[in-house]
Amino acid sequence: MDTTQIALAERAAEEQRHHGKALFFWVWGALLAMTAVEVYLTYQRMQPVKMLTILMGLSLIKAALIIGYFMHLKYEVSRMKWLTMCSVVACLILMTIFFFPDARRIIELGVK
Amino acid sequence: MADSAVHDIPSVYEPSLFGTYSKKIGMWLFLLSDSLTFGALLYAYSYGRISTANWPTPFHSASIVNATIMTAFLLTSSLTMVMAVRASVHGDAKWQRLWLLATMVCGTGFIVLHGREWSNLISEGLSLPMFPKVPGQEAVSEFADVSKTVPQFAATFFGLTGMHMLHVTLGVIYLGVVALRRKFIPILLVLWLVAWLGTPAYSPFHYGAHVLLIAAIVCGIILWLKPKVYDSSDVEVAGLYWHFVDLVWMFIFPLVYLMSAKIL
Repeated sequence: MDTTQIALAERAAEEQRHHGKALFFWVWGALLAMTAVEVYLTYQRMQPVKMLTILMGLSLIKAALIIGYFMHLKYEVSRMKWLTMCSVVACLILMTIFFFPDARRIIELGVK
Repeated sequence: MADSAVHDIPSVYEPSLFGTYSKKIGMWLFLLSDSLTFGALLYAYSYGRISTANWPTPFHSASIVNATIMTAFLLTSSLTMVMAVRASVHGDAKWQRLWLLATMVCGTGFIVLHGREWSNLISEGLSLPMFPKVPGQEAVSEFADVSKTVPQFAATFFGLTGMHMLHVTLGVIYLGVVALRRKFIPILLVLWLVAWLGTPAYSPFHYGAHVLLIAAIVCGIILWLKPKVYDSSDVEVAGLYWHFVDLVWMFIFPLVYLMSAKIL
């Protein structure tokens, strides 16, 4: 292991030490609570589009908590955060642009 | 010659562009590509859902409760995983192993519950052409017509959840290797035998269990060729994979189960 690697490993270890167990338990509790809200909403007979919007919103918050705290991306250098997140979000936006209007077109035209 | 010259002068290496070690960057890159795989499957499911007027809503209350418990198992496994990483950074080998084993138990619980859910749906008539026919199954079973009129439901449901179940299974094996190294291989072989012999011949899990045998062979070769003691960086990289599997489920659960719940 060269000096750069040792320094990086030490820095990672130091970052780990900075946040205690309590933070992880809070994040876990928040994730469970949001899951409970999702299940509760399922039984409220909401309009599908409204329900989908709320569920996906909650899922995005849960994903951000998992990526940020459990996967420690919050503690990585900003270059790492931006490159990883921007690339995957850009791909997903492209898929959304291409797929969903087409799916709606099929149902609006009545093609079965 | 060039290599030895480079090794003698460590300062020729620039610091990592991403400020971390290469193993971790490699795992992040793999996870980014895997997120596109799951993204494609989720979009395929959503496309079918939007473009099909008579999309089935097959998940009764029992299925929703089952899927909610599965979600709780996965979320708890993420907590135990992050505790394992923390223990490994502190050099606490005993707790690192215990937390890893707890993560594996939660993951196995998820797989068992998911397997039960699949088996119930298959016995009720929701199936794929490639699945063996269940003997004595009634032709008028609840989902017999769904498989015929909306075949894309079964295809996308089993495709998406099956891919995720495979990832969870491989994740449990990955953690088993990190936690127990060579000792895990006989355990894996026993699990394979139990899964293979304990499931009926018409169940997809009867032949799906062979994933465990293949994994045992591959892990055996890797551990034989490159035996090593896994350090905290290996545990952290394994943790990244595990949390990703949890992350994907956070989208599958509402999109597939909650949006297709049958509320009476």
